[in-house]
Amino acid sequence: MAEALLEVRRLSRRFAAVDALKDVDFSVDAGEVHALIGPNGAGKTTFIHHVSGALQPDAGSVHFAGRDVTRLSMHQRVAAGMARSYQITNIFRGLSALDNVALAVQGRPDAGSSFRFWRTVRSEVRLFEEAQACLEQVGLGKQGVSIAGNLSHGEQRALELAMALATKPQLLLLDEPMAGTGPEESARMVELIEHLARHVTILLVEHDMDAVFRLADRISVLVNGQMICTGTPETVRNDAGVRRAYLGDHL
Amino acid sequence: MAFYRPAPWQKPLALVLLAVLLALPTVLDSLDQSFYIGFATRVLIFALAATSLNLVLGFGGMVSLGHAAFFGAGAYVAAICQQAGLGEALLALPLAMLGAGLLALVVGAISLRTRGVYFIMITLAFAQMVYYLFISARAWGGDDGLALTERLRFAGFSLADDAALYYLALGALAVVMLLLGRLAEARFGRTIQAIRENETRMEALGYPVFRHRLVCFALGGALAGLAGALLANLTGLASPALLQWTQSGTLLVMVIIGGVGYLYGGVVGAVMLLLLEEVLLGFFSHWHIVLGLLLLAVVLFAPKGVAALFGRSRG
Amino acid sequence: MTQLILEQALNGLQFGLMLFLLAAGLTLVFGIMDCINLAHGSLYMVGAYFVAAAAQAADSFWIGLGAGVAGAAVLGLLLELSLFRQLYRRDHLSQVLATFALILIANEAVRVIWGPAPLMLNPPEALAGPVEFVLLGDTFFYPAYRLLIIGVGLAVGGLLYLLVAKSRVGMWVRAGAANREMTEALGINVRALFTAVFVFGAALCALAGGLLGPLLAVQVGMGESVLILAFVVIIIGGIGSIRGAFIGALIVGSVDTLGRALLPTLLRVLLPGDAAATLGPALASILIYLLMAGILFFKPQGLFPARA
Repeated sequence: MAEALLEVRRLSRRFAAVDALKDVDFSVDAGEVHALIGPNGAGKTTFIHHVSGALQPDAGSVHFAGRDVTRLSMHQRVAAGMARSYQITNIFRGLSALDNVALAVQGRPDAGSSFRFWRTVRSEVRLFEEAQACLEQVGLGKQGVSIAGNLSHGEQRALELAMALATKPQLLLLDEPMAGTGPEESARMVELIEHLARHVTILLVEHDMDAVFRLADRISVLVNGQMICTGTPETVRNDAGVRRAYLGDHL
Repeated sequence: MAFYRPAPWQKPLALVLLAVLLALPTVLDSLDQSFYIGFATRVLIFALAATSLNLVLGFGGMVSLGHAAFFGAGAYVAAICQQAGLGEALLALPLAMLGAGLLALVVGAISLRTRGVYFIMITLAFAQMVYYLFISARAWGGDDGLALTERLRFAGFSLADDAALYYLALGALAVVMLLLGRLAEARFGRTIQAIRENETRMEALGYPVFRHRLVCFALGGALAGLAGALLANLTGLASPALLQWTQSGTLLVMVIIGGVGYLYGGVVGAVMLLLLEEVLLGFFSHWHIVLGLLLLAVVLFAPKGVAALFGRSRG
Repeated sequence: MTQLILEQALNGLQFGLMLFLLAAGLTLVFGIMDCINLAHGSLYMVGAYFVAAAAQAADSFWIGLGAGVAGAAVLGLLLELSLFRQLYRRDHLSQVLATFALILIANEAVRVIWGPAPLMLNPPEALAGPVEFVLLGDTFFYPAYRLLIIGVGLAVGGLLYLLVAKSRVGMWVRAGAANREMTEALGINVRALFTAVFVFGAALCALAGGLLGPLLAVQVGMGESVLILAFVVIIIGGIGSIRGAFIGALIVGSVDTLGRALLPTLLRVLLPGDAAATLGPALASILIYLLMAGILFFKPQGLFPARA
């Protein structure tokens, strides 16, 4: 059996008196696209925060690539090969698209130390070559010089993705990559993720059900902080509990 | 705020300015105004101190109200060195930077675990602690401060002449500006500016944010220590007044007036504030009222100036 | 020795209670409005000057105290309406700059109006002497005026506790400290609430300044050192928490007072004379900062964080 790339065991977290996450077991296998769905307020974002290291659980553990990363900080998990994109576009709006990605490349452990005080970044050709390659991967190859804040919403979402890719992740956590995009941009984003999925394992949190059912190899459903079902799109589509809790009027 | 990028005229202007400043003592001498060499040295030293804060505040985005601690600590280290017989500036000045930098490293290691209002208060409190520590240490002169019996020597040359000390301060400032100009465009400078803009995003890109902040904070402290050591040589005294928190406030005002996050912001601010003081004090002994009203006006009527820089790092 | 310890313990309590009066208003301003106010110490100073001037004019400490506190409240109101209201939404750097400017203005203005020499403020005559009391068969003396300060401090502390913990306004204040957006969403008149809290804080400042006036000199710059102590109290107690301010103030007050009184003696027992003489005063003066650093290391949010 293939070792799971990401494995979450009995993860629990309480906020005040509310169980935000309760005994959540979850795993992502290497190479798959695993979608996480659930109604608003189910705890999806909280869950992602625990996986990425922005929040610490009260109980339970997170294992990544065979290693317990529960106590590692966010940047240590990124260095271990886990990258995330944000639900709300989170880029450096004043920098060019290429500079944004170059910053992401520079943060990678194999790109060398960031404690360099003399040589200008502009002269570090390798950083920008790699950044350019990442931009091309997401279809922004010609937008490198544009100021990030001036890009269209869809382009900014793609840039966000390029930054995550630039960290050379084994696992990509995509938090609602379609959020706020129009139908045309959504379609392009689906194509893009399909393309990326050939090289990298993806954990996708998304509301757009068409996209989820088209992209996902497996789907997990989170309701009220509990994982109620995991399986192929077919299994999930036919699961009575899921229908009752969530999918009812979507299908 | 935007990432630092030098304007094309910046470098030529800096060189012209450097040439003018190199000629200044000779010019003042020939005009029989050599009294002003001391004042000019003071301006250069405060320009250095304000620049060191600008590194922390403007580039690193850390609103520190404890910078005077490092400024003053540098002055004390220089005085202690001189009294201990280490009169060589090439030794005493690096030691002052080391002492102030280490102090900043410790203060930063604790305060940088916090954010926002907390950080401001904690840096202030630690600076006050350093102040009390020095005034209660009798070996270091207590309330009176620690006097230098004579100025340091630089590579064996005496700095007793005001012009000599002026050139040392000018040289120190020029070197620091050159280094910081490089730093701002190098990996480290880009990183700390990006952390200032969006800390969480940088964590998510794999950057150890805390470590970068701490190094920036300690570096700023070390440079403040250098300025303090120079000032102790100018005045002949490592005074507890240098450690007072109002001194931190004054440096902060210089940086803000001059331009937060602009390479030359600290320099411009120090020149403006000290000139203003020199001129206004001649007319009006309560010039702080004027300064206070001026600052209020800046905050209220030029909100973009200050707000645009830090609006995003809030909350 | 017992007399000394008891006296210093009471002094520490008295100092701590006065710090609480300062920190209470400040912690709410920080907590609810997310606004840093360096000029809080100036309100304390100006309040003390108001009290001293009014007491001299009326030849009565009590009238002076009442008038001074009222005057400081009015000044606080004017400041809130004209300046702070605009600062709440601004970044911390603007707040630091603006309130630093206020300190410069306040210090100079006081110097212009009342001159550079400290003002004298006499305690009420009836309380000028010591009180004698018997404890465990020993007789002790303690200044009556200091006992009054302790009494007033405890009374105001209790009143504040009731106000914040039990009243409707207090509920808003607590809600505001924990989550400002939520409070606004509930339709509470946040503006009026902010103004009220600020004015109340100013009045407490003047009360503390007036009460301490006869013990310390009423002079320019008296606000700054006490402001930083109030900061330490808030850092230890947790921003926005009245309970934290109370506990933090008592800790800081007693540790500082007892440390200064007892630490040098203690060190003389433990260390050779020279080292003790050098280390004693230095250590005593930074004791509370070391304590703060220690607490911060384990609880970066302070002992009683108001925000979850």
